[in-house]
Parts: sequence; structure tokens; C-alpha cells
Amino acid sequence: MTAYIIRRLIQSLIVLIIVTLMVFFVMRLLPGDPLIIYMAQSADLEAMPPEMLEQLRHQFGLDKPIMIQYANWVVNIFQGDFGTSIYYREKVGKLMLERFPVTLHIGLTSLVLGGVIGILAGMLAAIRRGKMLDRIITPLTYIGITIPVFWLGILLIYMFGLKLNWLPISGYTSPMKDFWLSTRQIIMPVLCLSAFGVAANARQMRSAMLEVTRQDYIRTAWAKGLSERLIIIRHALKNSLIPVITLMGIGVGTVFGGSVLVETVFAIPGVGRLLVSSIFGQDYVVVQAITFVIAVIVLFVNLLVDLSYGWFDPRIRYG
Amino acid sequence: MADNVMVSELAEVPPRISEWRRFRRVFLSRSGVIFGLIILILLVLAAIFSPWLAPYNPYKPGTGSSLAQPSAEHLLGTDLLGRDTLSRLIYGSRTALMVGFISVLAGSFVGITLGIIAGYSGNIANAIIMRAMDAMLCFPMILLALVVAAVLGGGIQNVIIALSVATIPGYARVTCGLTLSIKENDYILAGRAIGISNLRIMFLHILPNAFPPLIVLMTMQLGNLILAEAGLSFLGIGIQPPGAAWGAMVNDGYRYLSTNPVLSFAPGLAIMLVVFAFNMVGDGLRDALDPRLRGLL
Repeated sequence: MTAYIIRRLIQSLIVLIIVTLMVFFVMRLLPGDPLIIYMAQSADLEAMPPEMLEQLRHQFGLDKPIMIQYANWVVNIFQGDFGTSIYYREKVGKLMLERFPVTLHIGLTSLVLGGVIGILAGMLAAIRRGKMLDRIITPLTYIGITIPVFWLGILLIYMFGLKLNWLPISGYTSPMKDFWLSTRQIIMPVLCLSAFGVAANARQMRSAMLEVTRQDYIRTAWAKGLSERLIIIRHALKNSLIPVITLMGIGVGTVFGGSVLVETVFAIPGVGRLLVSSIFGQDYVVVQAITFVIAVIVLFVNLLVDLSYGWFDPRIRYG
Repeated sequence: MADNVMVSELAEVPPRISEWRRFRRVFLSRSGVIFGLIILILLVLAAIFSPWLAPYNPYKPGTGSSLAQPSAEHLLGTDLLGRDTLSRLIYGSRTALMVGFISVLAGSFVGITLGIIAGYSGNIANAIIMRAMDAMLCFPMILLALVVAAVLGGGIQNVIIALSVATIPGYARVTCGLTLSIKENDYILAGRAIGISNLRIMFLHILPNAFPPLIVLMTMQLGNLILAEAGLSFLGIGIQPPGAAWGAMVNDGYRYLSTNPVLSFAPGLAIMLVVFAFNMVGDGLRDALDPRLRGLL
């Protein structure tokens, strides 16, 4: 197990280095002067006298060799310095500290909900295969993985916001400030973000469960005369969960990707909306920082998933 | 269980015609697949014959009054500029299909090539390519596409590039895994023994054997790509006005949700049906080509 952990850690470290390279150099692919990353619009740059441009280049370290610039950037971000936003005129680190909790609040709720409901639904569909319950759950999972999240959001707003007037249609309030309002506000965004997770987990769980219940040791358990409940919970569940855990790792990425859309639909001041507005505002320092942090979170979660996977299933760790 | 035995026997002595017949029987046996195929045929017809099918010019403002409700003249009503929603929906199928198909071809071409090289040459090439792919997979697809589109600038061709880039790692991973297992076969060893070049082995002997799962993957990716394109155009990245894209139409209609809900509902439903169809057909293909892939793809 130790060798497996060390191998995975080294692999992740290499991937992390490649991620920093990608984030840094993709921003350098921007057409025109790299100063555009740090300064407002390209039109402003063209209007400046050359001496001033030189001075700015020196100020941002752009006159140094590219690898030195990269090294400086990496050292800075690991000290928590992500640079300064052009638009907000604030430290990007501070901006992200304001926005990330919002996205994490909604994202984590969706992830947990997607896991719990998805696993339960998949389990029920597998146990009652071909019966009424399965015939309701399985088609629903197809809808869950194909429905566009932003459109689902609009449907929910139309239904529960505009027609029934049950829920607020936009905005976000911290649960510390007003727990009740906050919960009412995140119901629809969470439904949108968890739809894919519920469906994907349910499908995976259903097929894993059907696979496991065909195994000999389950037949043995039946032959011993154990009750169905005991067989499912004690014997079948744990082995069926293994493939679902991997899916949870993928789910983190899906939730971050989806939050870009959902936060736009529901006007939620999270990191996804900040990313979109920064892209349109050409606030590249912010874009760089957010993509980097999200990539690192995804990387880290997948590392944890892989390690737990190795712990659950010895065949992986020795493979 | 009995099915599996039959399949593997057929695979060993392949009389071509019955293999095809078996494929057709399994593939067309599900109502979901038939439903998906019908939608896809309609989609392709709509894209090809848009100018004849669309009742009005989709780009010309004022073919009807502004924000008209659905009526006999405008079956799905009109948008703010008085453009016919149904016509724009029909023309939007072109955008969806074009983006989907070109990105699938470009992304799979690069991804499959990288995957075969990584899987076949082993060690160093494998480590470099696959770690780079792992790094790309750390960025959620829509995020990666967003950033690439941001760097390249808007426009439909840049969305295609962005989406192709975003799907490369998926193909590379699957192909690498397939190559690793295929290259252990004796016929590959035999090929090497008689001195066939590595390039020939990779692309004439390994690739055709990796094809069934890759076709399934590409079909499913088509759906995902159309979904991602819709997401990007919903955010305002991609096709420029007055062009028609379903995601952008959902966003345009969103502002008039309380008075003209059909403006958002119709294009959203179109996206969902098409993505659903590609998923259904992909599932059907998977089960018909190789039932063992169930749970892997």
C-alpha cells in the first residue's frame, strides 16, 4: 500500500507541474503583447509611449527570460499571491476567498445529494429490476444525463419561481446571515447541479449492483438463508460502491463546470460567474488564477479517490 | 451467460454476413435506439434542407411582429427582433451538427494518435503523453473550452478548436488502454517478427482492432459536444449574431421567460432530444458491437 501511495503521489506531483505549465503558457498564447495579461485593454496599450511600456514590462518582470517568469509566477501562487485583478483592482486571492465559499456551498451540497440519492436510486432500480420502480428510475437517469443544466434551471425558475411563486429565482445569501433564505435560494441551483450526478451515480450503481448480485458469494449468502436486506446491505453494497467512488471524482469536475452555467442562470456571485465575467472583461489574471485553483482541487480530489480506491480494492494497489 | 458463449463462438469463425445480421438485430432491438435514430435522421434532414424547411428567413428581423406568441403563421412565435423561432431552430441544427462533427473528428484524430503512440511505445512516451492528458483532465471540459475560446477569441471556428482540444484526453486515455491490451496479442508479435514497421503495426493492425469501442466513444462524445457547445453559446461564446445556435436562443429567450416561455423552452428541448438521441444510439452501438464494454464506456 505504501508503494502504491508513493507512486500515486509522485504521479500527481508531475501532473501538478504540468498543470502550472499549461495555465502559465496558455495565457502567453494570447495574441499581442503579454502586458495585456496585466493591463486593461489592448487599445490602451497601443496608445502608450514605448518608454512607458518598457517600464511596465520591467515592473511585471516581463523583460526577464520566460522560464524565470514562470518560476516567479509559481513561487508567487504558492505563497498565495495570485496577482491583482484589472477590473476589480483587488488582490485576486482576496476575490477568490469571497467567491469560492459560495460555489463550494452549492457544489458540495449538490455533490453529497447526488451521491446519496443516486446510490439509493440505483440500488432500488437494481433490486427491483424490470419492475415498476426500475421502469421509472432508469428513464429518469437518461433525462438527468442529457438535460442541459442551464435549461433545467430555466424550467425550474419558470415552474417554481414564476408560476408557483414558491422559491426565489435568483441571488445568494450566506447561510450564516439568514439560513432559511439561503436554503430557499440554493434549492433550485442544487437541483440543477446534482441532476447529472444523481443520474450518473444511479446508472453506475444499478449496473454495478446487477453485476455483483450475480456473483457466487451472493448466491452463497442466499443459500445460507440470509434476508434480502442483509445480503444487499452487508454483502452487495460495499463491492457495488467501488465503481461509484470513481464517479464521485469525476463529479467534482462536472460540478465546477456546471457551476459556471448555473451561477449565470441564477445570478449567484460564485467563482463560476466571476470566471465568465473575467473572460468577457479580459481580466486574464483572474481567469488564470481560477482555472488553476479549480484544476488543483480536481487533481487533489481524484488523488484521494484513487487512494481510497486502492484501499477498497486490493487488486488495484498491486496491479 | 449463454449469450456470451454464442458471441465468442461467432467471433472466432466470423461468417461476415451473420456477424452483420447479429449486429443489426441487437442494435435495432431496442425502442430507445429506434427513437434515437429517428431523431438523428430528422436532425440531419433539418440541417441539410434548412432553406426549404424553414418557413421564414431566420436572420431577417421583422418577418413577424416583435415577441409574437405562437400562432398559425409563426408556430413557435417570434423573438424580440420579430424573427421566426421555428426557422431559427431549424437553422440551429446546422450549428449543432457542424460543431459536433468537426470537433469529434479533430479531437479523436489527435487523441487516438496520441493514445496509440503512448500505448504502443511504452515507458517514456507513455509517461509524458499520459501525464499531460491527466493534467488536461483536471480542467472540467466546459472550463477548458471556455479558457481556450477566451484566448483565441469568439467565433464558431474557435469554439470548434476549443471543444476539440477539450476532448483529446478522453480519446487518448481509452485508446492507450486498448492499445496496451491489443499489443499483447500474438498476431502483433508475428507482425513484428516478419519486420513490419512500427507505424504500420500501430495504424493498420492495432487501430482497426480498437475501432469498435472508439466508435461508441465518438458517438457518445457527439452528444456531449453538442451539449457543451450549447453551454458555451448560452454564455455568449461562439456563433455571432445573427447566426442561430440553440444555446444562445435559450439565453435570448430567458429574458422573456414570463411572457414568451416558448422562446427558451423550444431550443432547450431540441438540445436535450439530440443529446438523448446520441446517447441512446451510442448505448445501442456499444451493446451491439461488444457487450463486454458495458460499464466501461
